[in-house]
Amino acid sequence: MSFAPFAVAAWLFVIGLYGIVTSRHLIHLVICLSVVQSSTYVLLLAIGYRTGAAAPIFVDTKPGAPAVDPVVQALTLTDVVVGATVSALLLALAVQVHKASGTFDPDELDTLRG
Amino acid sequence: MSLASRRTVFLVAAVGFAALFLWGLAGLPDFGAYDGVYGETLNRVALRQRHATNLVAAVTFDYRGFDTMGEEYILFAAVVGVAILMRAQRDEEEDAPDDDARDRLTPRTSDAVRVLGLGVFGPIVLFGIYVVAHGHLTPGGGFQGGVVLATGVVLVYLAGRYSALRGITPGASAEFAEAAGAAGYVGVGLLGLLASGTFLFNWLPFGTTGLLTSAGMIPFINLFVGLEVAGGFVLILTEFLEQTLVVREVDSGGPEGKRERDRS
Repeated sequence: MSFAPFAVAAWLFVIGLYGIVTSRHLIHLVICLSVVQSSTYVLLLAIGYRTGAAAPIFVDTKPGAPAVDPVVQALTLTDVVVGATVSALLLALAVQVHKASGTFDPDELDTLRG
Repeated sequence: MSLASRRTVFLVAAVGFAALFLWGLAGLPDFGAYDGVYGETLNRVALRQRHATNLVAAVTFDYRGFDTMGEEYILFAAVVGVAILMRAQRDEEEDAPDDDARDRLTPRTSDAVRVLGLGVFGPIVLFGIYVVAHGHLTPGGGFQGGVVLATGVVLVYLAGRYSALRGITPGASAEFAEAAGAAGYVGVGLLGLLASGTFLFNWLPFGTTGLLTSAGMIPFINLFVGLEVAGGFVLILTEFLEQTLVVREVDSGGPEGKRERDRS
């Protein structure tokens, strides 16, 4: 089962994308987008993992002791926070769309209104 | 496009993705058999080079400091976008905050939530400050600590009322914290430019490994990022709350509505 985390990443990506493609509600769409996004976190962390290695925090371990990759962790941690604010931006758009058109269904938003 | 045809397009794309994914997986080392060059090198040299025991923070705020600045400005732009989108629109006005939804009955906050919220507020804020300040030593840093700090403000709203939330973040303090954090990051970069000719150069003495004063500029960047993230999240929270509690559609029959209509 050494590929299981990669399979989880792929599954999250595909199922999130399926949700986006078939979405009938803008809020649901934003949540699906963050599911797709979280697949990249699983993939990054899985690539950086090494069996038996510790976290890359050298408080009580010596430098050179086996540790997992700190680069992918740094990439993931900034994106978790940035992703949350981008989700907030998309939700704000959804709120204004609902005010302007009275619907959350993307299929009913087929005309542009000024 | 109909739902059925969308599903068909998705299915074709998913099969293509599965093929590419399996092909890529075949060339990937097994899970746990990591052999990356960058992480391996950093794990060997970073502690000696930067005196920061949390290598993730050393990567985020030093080795990849310039990239993180870009990420921080994505965050900044997203928060500004939320603030702009959530302003009162042409047919709306801002009313005195009303904690109760107008179209349904809302139960009042239970005493248990009040007591717990107020009791936990202090420890949460202290913990947030701790996580920001020790970012270069132990797991944590500006991004995580900033979110913890913003959680404290959420607790005030949960345990009290909207006016209590505005009481601890008066006026434009959240906006100010966010802007100061974003500007502070660039300021640290410019100091590096002045001191050594390289933007974001870590020119401060690295100090003794394991102490709060170690790792040169990393704690300062952590501090500014914490300020920006906390300010940004509080601002987002306030904007969404105002949408339900403060912003009201102008009654089209009233004089306000008429004036608004005339203007537009």
